[in-house]
Formats: sequence, C-alpha cells, structure tokens
Amino acid sequence: MQEAMKKRAKELLASGEVTRVIGWKKNEFDYDITPAVFESAEEIDRDFRYDDFCGPNLSKFTFKNQKNDTKTLVFLKPCDTYSMTQLITEHRVNRDALYLIGIPCFGKIDIEKIRADGTDGILSIASEGADVTVKTLYGDKTYVKADVMAERCLACKSKYHTIYDELMGEEGEVMETGRFNEVEKLEAMTPDERFGFWRGELSRCIRCNACRNACPACTCESCVFDNPDTGISQKAAADSFEENMFHIIRAFHVAGRCTDCGECSRVCPQHIPLHLLNRKFIRDIDKLYGEYQAGEEVGQRSPLVNFTTDDAEPDIVRKGGK
Amino acid sequence: MVRISLDSVNALFAAIAEREALYIPTDTAPGIAQFKKWQSGMEMTERLKTSRSAKDFFFPQTENLVDFKVSGKKIDIIDPREETEDFVIFGVRACDAKSFEILDRVFLSEPVDTYYQNRRAHGTIVTLACSRPSESCFCQTFGIDPAAPGGDVSAWKREGFLYLEPITEKGRTLLSGLSALLEECPEDAVEAEKESIRGILKKLPLASLTPDAFGGGKTEKYFDSEKWKSLSEACLGCGTCTFVCPTCQCYDIRDFDTGHGVRRFRCWDSCMYSDFTKMASGNPRLTQKERFRQRFMHKLVYYPENNDGIFGCVGCGRCVEKCPISMNIVKVMKTLGEDET
Repeated sequence: MQEAMKKRAKELLASGEVTRVIGWKKNEFDYDITPAVFESAEEIDRDFRYDDFCGPNLSKFTFKNQKNDTKTLVFLKPCDTYSMTQLITEHRVNRDALYLIGIPCFGKIDIEKIRADGTDGILSIASEGADVTVKTLYGDKTYVKADVMAERCLACKSKYHTIYDELMGEEGEVMETGRFNEVEKLEAMTPDERFGFWRGELSRCIRCNACRNACPACTCESCVFDNPDTGISQKAAADSFEENMFHIIRAFHVAGRCTDCGECSRVCPQHIPLHLLNRKFIRDIDKLYGEYQAGEEVGQRSPLVNFTTDDAEPDIVRKGGK
Repeated sequence: MVRISLDSVNALFAAIAEREALYIPTDTAPGIAQFKKWQSGMEMTERLKTSRSAKDFFFPQTENLVDFKVSGKKIDIIDPREETEDFVIFGVRACDAKSFEILDRVFLSEPVDTYYQNRRAHGTIVTLACSRPSESCFCQTFGIDPAAPGGDVSAWKREGFLYLEPITEKGRTLLSGLSALLEECPEDAVEAEKESIRGILKKLPLASLTPDAFGGGKTEKYFDSEKWKSLSEACLGCGTCTFVCPTCQCYDIRDFDTGHGVRRFRCWDSCMYSDFTKMASGNPRLTQKERFRQRFMHKLVYYPENNDGIFGCVGCGRCVEKCPISMNIVKVMKTLGEDET
C-alpha cells in the first residue's frame, strides 16, 4: 500500500492537480511517526511512510496546515475520515482546497503496550500479518499483533470511509466490536467506585494539553483555558480536582462532535483512558436521542444542536439537576 | 562499598522510612512508573524511567509562594511554607541526578530561590545505575555515565544484590544509619556491572550523537535557519516535552483570588504554549515555529552560553518517547547539526 500511495501522490503532484501532500514520515525509530507536508517527489521518495505505526490522525494536522489558494492531497484512514467529515460540517476546513484519498487500515500498533511488557532497547520493529517482531538490545521478541494493537483499534468502529475523492484498496464496513463494553463496566459501578476510578486515572494528569491539542474536535482559535482574560485559564490546577474538571469540561465541549477517533488517549503521556469519557457521552446521546455517529456525513446535525418536538428530556433537565 | 540482598531490600526501605520520608519509583498504571512515597508492600519498578522526571521533588508543578490577606485597610503578608521534612529519593537515574545540577545553576544563583534551596537541602539522592539502557537514551552525548550514576549514594543491582557506595557526606550519613542491614564488600564488586553497562552504551542507536555543533555563541548560526519550519511543522503546541523534561525550568507566577485576599503561586510553564511570556503586546513568539525554536535554542545554545558550556539537556529520552508527533531534541540536533561538518 505504501508504494502505491507514493506513486499516486507523485502522479498527482506531477500533473499539478495538487501541490502539497499530507501524509506521514518516519522519524528516529521504526515506531516514530510524524505527520508531514510533502511538496516534491524527492521528499516523498525519501520520507513518505505508511504502515502499522502511522497512528496520528491527519485531520487535525490538515486543519492546522491548510492553504486556501492551492490544492492539498490528504491521505485518510477510515477513522480519520470521520474527523475530516466533522471538520467539513463545522466549516473548519475548506473542502474545495482538499483532495482526499481513503486508504485502508488494519489496526495500528501501540508502542507503549510493547514497552509496558518490559521490552526496551528496541532496535527495530516489523509488523507482518499477525506477527510483530521486535529486535532489541536484550534479545528478540515476537508478539501477536492483536496483543499490542492500540485499544482504539481493538474496538475499531469502522473500516468504512465517510468521505473521499478517491479510494485506494477495498472499502470496508462499519463494525460492531464492543467499543462500549468499557463504558458499561463504568456504568455498572457504584457512584463512589466510579468517582474513585476517575480520580485515580485523572490524578496522573500533568496538564500538558496534548489531548486537547491533538483532538480534531478542539479547533477553537483560542481555548478558554489558554486565555488569561477568561479568569479560568489554567496553567496549573489548585488541586487535582481541577484537573478532573478540565477533562470533564472538555468532554462536554466535544460531546456530539467527537467521532471517537481516540487521539486523546493515544497522545496522553500518562496513559489516561480519556476516550472513555467521550464514549460515555456518545453512549448517552445514543440512548437519549437515538443512534448517532458524528462525522458520518457532511452536514448532519448533532442531536445536541438540533431540536425536535419529541426530544428526550434527560432526568437532569426534568429534575432541575437534583 | 556495602551491599544487601535484593530479597531484603524492603527491610532497607523500611529502615530508611523510619527516619525520613522515602520515595521510590513504582508502577502506578500499565507502562507508567512514578516516584511515590514508600509504604510497606510497595515494590520498586523494573522500568528504566519514571514517566515524570525527578525534578518535581525540588521544583514542584505548582507551589504557593505567598498569601495576602485583606481585612479592612490592613493587608497581611503570610509565608505559607511549612518546614520541609528530610527525604530520600531512591532509584534516581544518572540523567535525572545530573539534571539537578542544571536546575541548581538557575535556582541557586543570585538571587537564590529559597523555596528550591530549602528542598534541595533536605533531600538525599540515591541513584541507580542503568543495567538496561533504552534505545531512546542519549545521556552519554552530554558526558553522563549511567554506570557511575552519582548522587549522594550510588547504587547498582547485580546478581541478586543491591550494591551501595556513598558519594557525599549526606550519603555517608544515610548509610551509616543503616549499617546493621548492610554488609561490607570489596570496592571493585560492581566493576563487571559497570563494564557491562558501558558495553551496552556503545551499542545504543543514539551512541554517536554529539553536541559538538552546538553551544554558546551559536545563536546567529541557527536562529534564522530555514530548517525550523519543517522541524516544527507538526508540533501540536502541547507541553508534554516540557513537563516530562528533567531540565525545563520555566515557570509562571499567578495570583489566585481567594475571595478575601490573594494567593500567589507559581506553576510550570511551557515555551510551547501560546500564552508563554505574554506581555501587553501578546506572546512575542508569534507562531509555533518560534516557540519550538525557543525550547531547543535554550537547551543547546543559550543555556551553555550562560553556564560555562554546560548543555541544558541530560539525554534522558523522555521527550523522545512521549512526544505525540515524535519530534524531539535528537531530531533537531541531527537536522541542524548536519551542516556543521
């Protein structure tokens, strides 16, 4: 697939149809991947990469690196297309300046899972079929890919692309992989247990804002938490409860717009399962207003910004929050 | 040099904790080790690095500096500090131990930061040699030797024993109080371990990385380099690298309105943030390119320029492992340094 993508990108550059290509490039190690803009065939030949480590969602990168006066090719994995569709719906990217190519994804490897197994001194990693072979300074190891795949990929919601101008490989389908199982476990807890769970997880937060900055739904020009004039800007929290509030407020802000791409959890340096907050909101919206998947089609209206006369009235509204 | 069987290491921890607070790196979540206050039953992690550095002990993420209490026309100024207790940090790696020297040059030079100074005076550092360095490690680039990790006491794990060697007076005091648990052993007991570590260092993928292209006086050479643009292109502007970094020392001071006064606190800040060093005119670094450049110029050029050529990086590799888009000081050094030859 990587070679076919490089070939197609170079063709489109050569024909002048696009002048920029947004894709992934390899960095220091096999597992180190950086989103990048490529502007020449030489750059593509030298650096372009697509494999089981290309986890970063290029939709947010496209939002930050868009140009209106020229056409940019963007490669999108199925889950990235949901984010891109949502960004187009919200008028945050200029669709006319983009040429979108859908590419297949077979699940991305989470290097942190390999590290968590105690594997260190990694010299190379190769992913082929169901096997992931890791060569290290301290001996070689082979993993079953499913054991070291990112959580978000194990609960992949879709291999289907919601938007593209061109598709490479075969189109997949929306899948049922039990992505709400973890949410159900949390719902089954007593309020105290659940509170304890989240306090435990969120107490590790270092307020680096990586979750927010990687999130394709977080596209405010200036976040309230960065603006000293709002009176609630937080470079640091007075106590760990404020840290919790930051994440809960953020989850509220993206509710109905979050496509469940899982970037928040991928980038968290402290391994906080932030996606579970968003999934809980998705689950609640599904239950209250009927099944809804953000980023499914351009122009769809989220239940939370829509009104119908038979709208559900959640308990919290009816009871006045009591 | 003294030693204790690794099976008895909990007895050693208990003995230390009886005298003063003891912190050890322990697993707190899958793949995450953190320094935590030791309690009976807590196990030391097998992981090489804690995900946060050890700088928190001396330079915490937030700290209250002063309280102002207003009553009528009177303002009371209150120092909120309580006497710091003595504490021991056990299992600090050579890179983190070296980072304290870099922080010292900032906080202990005039005017001395007494908040930092107080904690430094109360802390005893027991380092641990790195038997299994990671591919992301490059401490040797900055002349650090993880086979002789320094601190107040240096420790090595080898064949079922923990070996300890006092380095400073503080270290000798700590060990002398524990002599009932420790047995004397020959000074060369860890030579084989040191050799093994130094052998691995040579094989590390970043072994050949050198800082020779950088240092004081290089501002003009690199400041306007074309390469900053592509290096910073994917930067999210988050603070991950800054906050996991053992040497990043920038902070902000803010006032918190308590309702009947002001609590003045300081907190870690990040040059990657849009409101860093914000002034009346806004952030002087207009785009992420300038913010990104600042971080690396500070470590590789400005800091050594002001500190006798010492670099502001210890090669711990946390930024290499943690950056969400895999951009880091190694890549910056390689990319900017390649013109230097």
